[in-house]
Amino acid sequence: MTPLLDVRDITKRYGARIGCKDVGFALWPGEVMGIVGESGSGKSTLLGCLAGHLPPDTGEVLFDTRDGGPRDTLKMSEAERRMLARTDWAFVHQNARDGLRMGVSAGGNVGERLMAVGARNYGDIRARAEDWLDRVEITEDRMDDRPGAFSGGMQQRLQIARNLVTGPRLVFMDEPTGGLDVSVQARLLDLLRGLVRQMGLSAVIVTHDLAVVRLLADRLMVMKDGHVVEQGLTDQVLDDPQHGYTQLLVSSVLQV
Amino acid sequence: MTDYNFAYLDEQTKRMIRRAILKGLAIPGYQVPFASREMPMPYGWGTGGVQLSAATLTPDDRLKVIDQGADDTTNAVSIRKFFEKTARVATTEHTPDASVIQTRHRIPEAPLSEDQILIYQVPIPEPLRFLEPSEVETRKMHELSEYGLMHVKLYEDIARHGHIATSYAYPVQVEGRYVMDPSPIPKFDNPKLSDCAAIQLFGAGREQRIYALPPHTKVVSLDFEDHPFDPSKADAPCALCGDTSSYLDEVITDDAGTRMYVCSDTDHCQTRREAGHSKETAA
Amino acid sequence: MIKLDNVSKHFTLHNQGGASIPVMAGATLSVEAGECVALVGPSGAGKSTLMRMIYGNYLADAGRIMVGGTDVARAAPREILALRRNTLGYVSQFLRVVPRVPTLDVVAEPLITLGTDPQAARERARELLARLNIPEHLWPLSPTTFSGGEQQRVNIARGFAHDYPTLLLDEPTASLDVTNRTVVLSLIDEAKARGAAIIGIFHDTEARAQVCDREVDVGRFTPVPA
Repeated sequence: MTPLLDVRDITKRYGARIGCKDVGFALWPGEVMGIVGESGSGKSTLLGCLAGHLPPDTGEVLFDTRDGGPRDTLKMSEAERRMLARTDWAFVHQNARDGLRMGVSAGGNVGERLMAVGARNYGDIRARAEDWLDRVEITEDRMDDRPGAFSGGMQQRLQIARNLVTGPRLVFMDEPTGGLDVSVQARLLDLLRGLVRQMGLSAVIVTHDLAVVRLLADRLMVMKDGHVVEQGLTDQVLDDPQHGYTQLLVSSVLQV
Repeated sequence: MTDYNFAYLDEQTKRMIRRAILKGLAIPGYQVPFASREMPMPYGWGTGGVQLSAATLTPDDRLKVIDQGADDTTNAVSIRKFFEKTARVATTEHTPDASVIQTRHRIPEAPLSEDQILIYQVPIPEPLRFLEPSEVETRKMHELSEYGLMHVKLYEDIARHGHIATSYAYPVQVEGRYVMDPSPIPKFDNPKLSDCAAIQLFGAGREQRIYALPPHTKVVSLDFEDHPFDPSKADAPCALCGDTSSYLDEVITDDAGTRMYVCSDTDHCQTRREAGHSKETAA
Repeated sequence: MIKLDNVSKHFTLHNQGGASIPVMAGATLSVEAGECVALVGPSGAGKSTLMRMIYGNYLADAGRIMVGGTDVARAAPREILALRRNTLGYVSQFLRVVPRVPTLDVVAEPLITLGTDPQAARERARELLARLNIPEHLWPLSPTTFSGGEQQRVNIARGFAHDYPTLLLDEPTASLDVTNRTVVLSLIDEAKARGAAIIGIFHDTEARAQVCDREVDVGRFTPVPA
């Protein structure tokens, strides 16, 4: 078996400052990896490098493409990378507004990726959008409403539907539950977990919320000052942290 | 009359515009940036088209200017007078007699020929603009032929109105490559864009873009399989010439809301009436 | 089925002066198929620690922890995940679930993850929940609001949903009444009968005597402070 995503020696500097340094890992099909760390730890920089939003200074991001096997996405042409980004990859932004077209209806938002890959039958597009809205618990009567009329949780669910409609194999998520009410977070987590399992998705989730990774991630990577200080099985890293920083992180979580 | 260089613009500017035109003709549908000049008329009055006409006209040309199909409306009259004054070229209202036709939002009904140039005035050249506000992003989308968004616009139309309600500035794809805004011509005119014998030039003054269709270019209106493109128009004969196939304007004739439909192309209507056609001779 | 060989472990508390606390040394034991072994020893001897190490929840410093064909002490995360999915079940004292997921789905999840038809998986979940006397009207509700005893039984149902070849049971009968304790003990007996290798911690000596074939005193593995 080949890893779906094989990341090697990713380094990104901002001038003299280190964004992230020498990061490497392999993500296997169906695996969910969490990346935790506080603000400025380099986790978002790393996610940006993986997802093709930021060019890293060094390193390789090998993705097991459907047709060509493992290929370094950093060496792909921009056209290929963007094609990947709207077919086999998905990116869920923390702020749904960054991932949605606010001037387009919910159905249009979901249908866009289908149309982007050549769907030209209105009835089919609409049916598939409706199916996906249903899967993220948005009722059909809201289909023609614009996202501005939705609550934060609904917007986030819409963003997820919009991303998953083309059946991607790899999802990048940047603080997917950030900024949502706790009750809404739980619902979203449940939804994400169900979708990940049903679709056999692989995912890389960046968050500072340890509870989120415990519920969603199989594996965990802990970052500090641009470096990976510890990685392993999620429950092992959280319950038996080896690095001082991870111990601090885990012991700092408030219990309820 | 020695106060003006021929056709108002200086020769260097005209050369710059001609280079943009040639580039546009070489890459049909691609928006070529150009250094649009201030013209002695407000933006929105066709400054893009006027600059194209100025760069295209030669002393031997015969110019026709139409505004929504009509030769006798303010915009058409003032632009025609502008070139009569600055270029001293002959003008005409008769489509087949013109060698250069500047138009605002119509394509003449009479078929165009190989020795004619049709110049469109364009307010917003970027068809993706309404859904993607970033110019950097839209240029990237053109570069990579990422045109799914264009169909999102049509999808929204159908979702909201039950059919594609876009009735003018209906987006087209040129030779299977660039998606292009045909300027706010009625969608009824879209089929005439394709395989046209004349050169078609598009100029947006404020937005500083020129694009072009060389003769006999294939131009396809975007649509869905189950909602095909429909170049429909008002289903009535012209009240003056009785034509059932031309594009019609709806004219309200009194305070009670009485209306009549007449040809939008005044020259077409006039020519038919001179040939003896009328509402009574139709059908 | 389960074989530990010279396993050791210490904790380093980096944020408390880097204190190093050895908790396990020379842990060696083996459990055959169809056998149930009880971990015994005084509180703090490391019974739960050892069990967590076998599950891969705690890292081992040295030694081998063979479960099925996998050395948990050295396996990559995905190998441990596969082991937990297919081979190694764990009933902990605490129920940790996503809020809002119905009890029935919590119990059926291990089977669905393995690719069992969801219908059949829920059927099995219903059977177990009924057997463990969870009232049917609670099945569609999330177990997060249940009483301690109910949560414990949901946990047990979940742990027994799939016929794991190896099972770890951490106080499976604690906080259960007599009836339910009997049910759990019979579940354990059935698992043994189908050949499961089981390691358990039972404070309940009676229950221990009833299902366990042997006892291993974890106190033997407690490192002597230097």
